[in-house]
Amino acid sequence: MTKPTLDRRQVLETLFPQPADHLFVSGLAGASKDAAGLTDDGDNLFTMAGTMGAAVPMGLGMALAAPEAKVAVITGDGEMLMMMGALATVASMAPANLSIVCLDNGCHGETGGQPGHTAMRTDLAKIGAGAGLPSTLTITGVDELNKGARFLQEAKGPRLLVVRITDGPATAYLRNMDPAACRLRFRNAYLGIR
Amino acid sequence: MNKPDNNAWSTQLFNDLIDAGVTLFAYIPDAGNARLIDLAQAHNEARPVLLTSEEEGIAVCAGADLVGKRAVMCMQSSGVGNCPNFLSLVKGGRFPILMVVSMRGDYGEQNPWQYPMGQAVEPVLHAMGVLTFRVETPDELEPATTAAVNAAFEGGHGAALILSQKFLGAKPFPKRKAS
Repeated sequence: MTKPTLDRRQVLETLFPQPADHLFVSGLAGASKDAAGLTDDGDNLFTMAGTMGAAVPMGLGMALAAPEAKVAVITGDGEMLMMMGALATVASMAPANLSIVCLDNGCHGETGGQPGHTAMRTDLAKIGAGAGLPSTLTITGVDELNKGARFLQEAKGPRLLVVRITDGPATAYLRNMDPAACRLRFRNAYLGIR
Repeated sequence: MNKPDNNAWSTQLFNDLIDAGVTLFAYIPDAGNARLIDLAQAHNEARPVLLTSEEEGIAVCAGADLVGKRAVMCMQSSGVGNCPNFLSLVKGGRFPILMVVSMRGDYGEQNPWQYPMGQAVEPVLHAMGVLTFRVETPDELEPATTAAVNAAFEGGHGAALILSQKFLGAKPFPKRKAS
C-alpha cells in the first residue's frame, strides 16, 4: 500500500470548495475538528464528541429525510469501522444525496495514535463497494485531491471517498461541544426558525 | 393466553404513528413489528429503513430530527442492549428518540437466552434517560402510544413503547422431554 502523505488539515477545503452548499455530520475527535475548521463551526454542521459509530447512520437519516439537500458525513476510519453495517444500510436505501468522506489515518488519533485495522489489512473502499455502494474511491496524495472533489460532485451516490492521511494533528479548532445547543442551532438554521 | 389480533393492533399503532407525523420506520425485523413494517412499506409517505444493528436506528432518528422530520425505531427487546451509548443523544442532545420495543424474555418466555436482556430492558432504558410506556392489554395500546409520542416529540425525551409478551403473546417452542 502507498504510504499516505496528505496532511488532514489541507484536505476538506479542496474537497468542499463551497461548504455552505452541504449539510454536514461529523464523527467524533479529529474529523469533527477538521469539519469545524471547514465550516467555522457553522450551523450546517452537527459534530459529535462521543457516540462513536453514529456519523454514517446519522447522515443517512438526514439524507433520507431531506432528499433535496446535499448531505456529507465526515468521519474517521475507527469511527466508521465501529458501525460498519451502516454501509450496507446506506447501500440498500441508496440516497443519491449522501457523500461519506472517511479521513483514514490508520490509527486512533484521539487516544494516543494506537494502530487501527486500516494500517494492517483492512481496505475501507473495498468494504464500501462490498456493502453495495455504487461509487467508492481511495486517494492518497495531494495531487489526487481535485480528483476527490470531482468524485464528490459527479460520482453516483451514495458515494464513499476514503482519504488516506498521515497520522498528524487535526485542525486546531475549539468547537461548541454542547450537543443540545448544536442540535437546536442546526435545526433552527435548516428550518429557518429564528 | 389471549393473543391479540396482530393485524388490528399493528394497523392502529401504524395509523397513530402516521398521524403523529412519523415518516421513517427504522427497524430490525421481529415477529412483533413485522406487520407494522409491512404497513410502512405499503404507505405512500412512510419509508421503512432496514438496519444491521439497532443503535444505527437511534442515529438515523437523530439525523431525521436535525432536518425537522420524525422517525421511529422498531426493534425486539434484545436490541435495546445494542443502543445505550447512542442513547447519549437523548440526555445529552435532547433528541426526541421514539422506540417501539417488542418484548422477549418477558411473561411466558420459554427461551432461556432471552431472559437476561429482556429483564434488563427497562432498567437500561431508564439509565439512559428514556421513558417507558408499557402495554399489557389491547386497550392500553392507544393511550400508551399517544403518551410515548408526546413524551418524544412534544416533551423532547427519549420514549419507548414497550409491547409486553402479555400483550403480544409468548412465542411457542416445542417441548423437550424432561431430563
